Amino acid sequence: MRPEHELGWRLGVDIGGTFTDLVVEGSGKRHTGKLLTTHDRPERAVLDGVRTILEETGLKPVDFTSIIHGTTLATNALIERRGARTALVTTQGFRDVLEIATETRFDQYDLGIVKPAPLVPRDLRFTVAERMSATGDVLVPLDRDAVKRLAAILAEREIESVAVGFLHSFVRQDHERAVRDILSRELPHLTFSLSSEVSPEIREYERFSTTVMNAYLQPKVATYLKDLQDRIREGGFACPIYLMLSNGGLTDIETAMHFPARLVESGPAGGAILASHIAKEMSLSKVLSFDMGGTTAKICLFDQGEPSTSRDFEVARVYRFKRGSGLPLRIPVVEMVEIGAGGGSIARVNAVGLLTVGPESAGSEPGPACYGRGGTGATVTDANVLLGRIDPAHFAGGKIQLDLKAATDAIGRDVAQPLPVSIPDATLGIVEMVDENMANAAREHAAERGMDISGGRTMIAFGGSAPLHAARLAEKLGIDTVIIPVDAGVASALGFLRAPVAYEIVRTRPTRLSAFDAKAIDGLLEEMTKEATGFVRRGVPKAELKVRRRCSMRYLGQRHEISVPIPDAPLASIDPAALRLAFEATYHRQFGRTIPKLEIEALAWSVVVGTPEAEALPVPTVTETAFTGNSGSRSLLMPGVAERVEAKVVQRDDLVPGTTLDGPVVVVENDTSTVVPQGFSVTVNGHGYLVLTRYAKKGR
Amino acid sequence: MSTAFDAIRLQVMWTRLLAVVEEQAQTLIRTAFSTVVSEAGDLSAGVFDLTGRMVAQAATGTPGHVNTMAETVKDFLIHFPIETMKDGDHFITNDPWKGAGHLHDVTVMTPAFRDGKVVALFACICHQIDMGGRGLGPDAESVFEEGLLIPPMRLAFAGEFNESLLQIIRTNVRMPYEVEGDILSYVTCNEVGATRFGEMLDEFPGIDFPTLSDYVINRSREGMLAAIRALPKGTWHGSMEVDGYDKPIMLKAAVTIDGEKVLIDYAGSSTASRFGINLVLNYTKAYTAFAIRSSIAPDVPNNAGSLGPIEVTGPVGSIVNVEPPAPVSARHVIGQMLPDVIFGCLAQILPDVVPAEGASCIWSLQLRGGMEAWKMANVKEGEFTSRAFSLLSFNSGGSGARPDKDGLSVTAFPSGVRGTSVEALENLAPVVLWKKELLPDSGGAGKQRGGLGQIVEVGTIDGAPFFVFAMYDRILFPARGRFGGAEGGRGDATLDGTEKLAIKGKQLVPAHRRLVLVLPGGGGIGDPLERDIEMVAADLGEGIVTPEAAREIYGAVLDKDGKVDREASRQARAERPAKAPVLA
Repeated sequence: MRPEHELGWRLGVDIGGTFTDLVVEGSGKRHTGKLLTTHDRPERAVLDGVRTILEETGLKPVDFTSIIHGTTLATNALIERRGARTALVTTQGFRDVLEIATETRFDQYDLGIVKPAPLVPRDLRFTVAERMSATGDVLVPLDRDAVKRLAAILAEREIESVAVGFLHSFVRQDHERAVRDILSRELPHLTFSLSSEVSPEIREYERFSTTVMNAYLQPKVATYLKDLQDRIREGGFACPIYLMLSNGGLTDIETAMHFPARLVESGPAGGAILASHIAKEMSLSKVLSFDMGGTTAKICLFDQGEPSTSRDFEVARVYRFKRGSGLPLRIPVVEMVEIGAGGGSIARVNAVGLLTVGPESAGSEPGPACYGRGGTGATVTDANVLLGRIDPAHFAGGKIQLDLKAATDAIGRDVAQPLPVSIPDATLGIVEMVDENMANAAREHAAERGMDISGGRTMIAFGGSAPLHAARLAEKLGIDTVIIPVDAGVASALGFLRAPVAYEIVRTRPTRLSAFDAKAIDGLLEEMTKEATGFVRRGVPKAELKVRRRCSMRYLGQRHEISVPIPDAPLASIDPAALRLAFEATYHRQFGRTIPKLEIEALAWSVVVGTPEAEALPVPTVTETAFTGNSGSRSLLMPGVAERVEAKVVQRDDLVPGTTLDGPVVVVENDTSTVVPQGFSVTVNGHGYLVLTRYAKKGR
Repeated sequence: MSTAFDAIRLQVMWTRLLAVVEEQAQTLIRTAFSTVVSEAGDLSAGVFDLTGRMVAQAATGTPGHVNTMAETVKDFLIHFPIETMKDGDHFITNDPWKGAGHLHDVTVMTPAFRDGKVVALFACICHQIDMGGRGLGPDAESVFEEGLLIPPMRLAFAGEFNESLLQIIRTNVRMPYEVEGDILSYVTCNEVGATRFGEMLDEFPGIDFPTLSDYVINRSREGMLAAIRALPKGTWHGSMEVDGYDKPIMLKAAVTIDGEKVLIDYAGSSTASRFGINLVLNYTKAYTAFAIRSSIAPDVPNNAGSLGPIEVTGPVGSIVNVEPPAPVSARHVIGQMLPDVIFGCLAQILPDVVPAEGASCIWSLQLRGGMEAWKMANVKEGEFTSRAFSLLSFNSGGSGARPDKDGLSVTAFPSGVRGTSVEALENLAPVVLWKKELLPDSGGAGKQRGGLGQIVEVGTIDGAPFFVFAMYDRILFPARGRFGGAEGGRGDATLDGTEKLAIKGKQLVPAHRRLVLVLPGGGGIGDPLERDIEMVAADLGEGIVTPEAAREIYGAVLDKDGKVDREASRQARAERPAKAPVLA
């Protein structure tokens, strides 16, 4: 039986920085909506959009069985520093863990860098006497009186939310819990976040940073979710509401209120979930999902099934999207690489005379020069207009008239003259460079994960800008097949409807395999499974659940761990060598060899409990159909060959399953256009997806 | 195709080439055993043309590797001419005078083949966890004591590893499997580079590597020259005294800008130390180039073109240019000080760019516990039960104030190393860190304040005695301020905060004692009385400066709640003499 959150009519809502996307699905039908986000009251756009869809479809609130919601609210609150007044209670002698951070610089050559300030300033970081050892022995007992005295100070300082982070609390939580017990008695209206609950993992900076973030978000997110729930109920919807988490699983409102830090990056997670669902429909084993919007592009690689999660995410990077310039968030996040490359990315010529594109972006306000809304920078979208990929008369379904001259002027002034090259060459250069940047980021991401980027991998491209760039990016990466799904413009909201209700817990318990206590670890895993199951059952009381377990391991002495799947059986009952073999197999796959005779260390244990993945409908076979729709033609400047070619222009709505066209073709739809260069063909499959196939192998 | 578009194509290939060497470096970082590689990015990877010119280098963590492979690659080409190379050959050396200045840095070079011909050379240099000898530290009196020196040799012949050489290496080091594992991963990383390089040439037919190399190197040279031409011509002098091992060391530099070149001469610097804090010229060049490039052309990538106009000289036999067999193991202690000397020269022409002096030298927590320490401390049998350990982690003081911003507190500069988690350290070894916190008032006062240092307190979990390998500095000579800014707080290394330890060298921390390190702060810039009173108030509120310092040094008037009274402060400041007092 399908789990309860997948039955009946369902609504997916993604509130992004610019747009609020809605998808309604049921009985094999789908309706979508796109509205501007209402930043003052985000729930307003949601309700407006729902009302429109109800009017269009004749559906009633009672027809709905679930509402699934993802939002950038948490991420934005962190970027804009609009959270609660938060205090940190921490171990004596360690007041400055958040400020000492990694003691490093994120750029080696820039003498003027500024590091992100901690979310909790020094005067709101309080220490108390207490200390655990690495093995959980009490070296210094907790000074309970000092904690009691602290309550008065927190009240006086008008603290709204408290984070508690003690050294080694992931091994033993007693002191952190005692602090919450004492303080919540005195200050019952405050919210509390314990590091041993929010992120029970080793490395105090990352754990405290995550805990403080959670505390900082808690009051605001709780208010928002409560308001949203009330409005939805007032609208007559009685169905359960689920929240999309950063790991690609869904959870109930109550859990989301406790762990709001887990709401960041829910939009991108939705996109990755959609890609993995499409991979299942089409039986693809190796996938690269490519999501490109106005400011950034996200690339996610996965083999056999679902995207993996990692826990080294950073929020609110302050310096050119550079690693190390943000605040670390150590919770499970769908693993992907984010690049400052989008339609709004600005092209410049640097000190060496080198063309650079991004990461600075004109965003949607003021936007590219061709929008005519005050943006003067030469952007990727301006280049796409000059290349002929975007029809200036029919942009965004004809809602925005693009200014060709403004685009030409911007590129001429900022790129062509300083290089110096002709305007067509400068234009080609901009798209070549942005595609190259994305390709390089994808390669580096693959290298870090020990994955092969080409070798039969399929690209799934969505988001407003991706279909324009997908084919050339595929060429650069040696990928031969590109899929553009239907409704690619609302991919995240659509992905929400494909997500399982799932919760992941990760705990650090360092142990050498030579001194492995299987019984103790079995106990730990059992406890984690119970805890995760508890969260999931709040959302789906009856559904069948499955459990997946992993362990991060490394050779003793290494810093970097690799994530290894472990058998779903009590570890005490299996061959003790099984863990070593599992590690060596994964290590060999990533690095091409193993190192004999070295001690192996297991560090963090992870348990995911969730409903099975959404059922994927196989793609029906279709018969070849000749194209009979109308087509126009347009002159296109192609980066691969650096020449102008005459391309056929067709409307996506005119393409029926089974149609095949050879490039150069531009397939136009409301939100975007798909560029099919020569050397590629495009076929419409049984689900209506565009399938681009490269038949001439070498791009030039 | 327009030929003009080739210019764009070359730029795209250049971007790709940088990505190729970055991927080469990442491959190494992921598999390394040496903490200084995985935590500190103490490695370098790059691609060279067949004349040995460096065309691209990965932007990894430490300036100590800037261009140091260039000499090594040239030396390899003398010993092993291109025409004798076979596909699957790899070459190795750790000669300090050809590479990054001490035996721990091992270079491996790999030719990339295409259609049976060598088209490019990939090389990487990386810090090894052990190279035999005394281990990392300044105590040796010659390089012979410091470990195994591998001259330029073939590591592999056409894919067959030189097993005899590997046998010698394994036999001479304390951790044979890790060291061999690391060396093999150098080979892997070079091969990854060569493969990606081949893919690039496939994607851009018609443009060969010599064309690309010339383009990259010429463009970079022009970028560098443009930056140099924008500077006034002349010679500027600077000097700085640092603690040294057994006696203070004078570092002197003259920076000459002649319009086409920057010449840095270290004449007048102290003669070589008896101990291993000496620099080979190649290493001196690396840190010097970092200081120049970060000041005048931070956006230009490192390669033979951008580094060519920077010429570095130093008297043979001085501490910045020693000859074999001088000891060199802990050369970073002095190397990390060189940028401060250069900034001192450049401050005379670029006062709006360069920072004040900072802590600069990394304070490593290098500890060893076990029987040797117990014996030396004469402990009773069975008194202690904790396990033997060897530990290395990095701690940083404050960086110097910038002309328009405060310095960075507890941040490595110029080195790029990272700190290590306290929890991770306590899992690795039976130690307890009792304190690791910012040190108020340690940032040199100024209109722009220096970055703060920190205090670190460490003991063993059961009180067992242990050794500390001290490599500290700025205890005798603090970081100086600039333009009226005060000096940063001095460092200190003691037992329990009471008993002074030597600044450098192996020492015993007796049973039940704690090692207390006070890390230096950075120097300030400008008169502290000119510091924005709001910033003084903020620093006071956060406890970054004490009420005494706020009053005495910054001229603030505090109200009865201990908060800054803005109006009274402005008045009081106006009445004070403009000279900056210095913290006692």
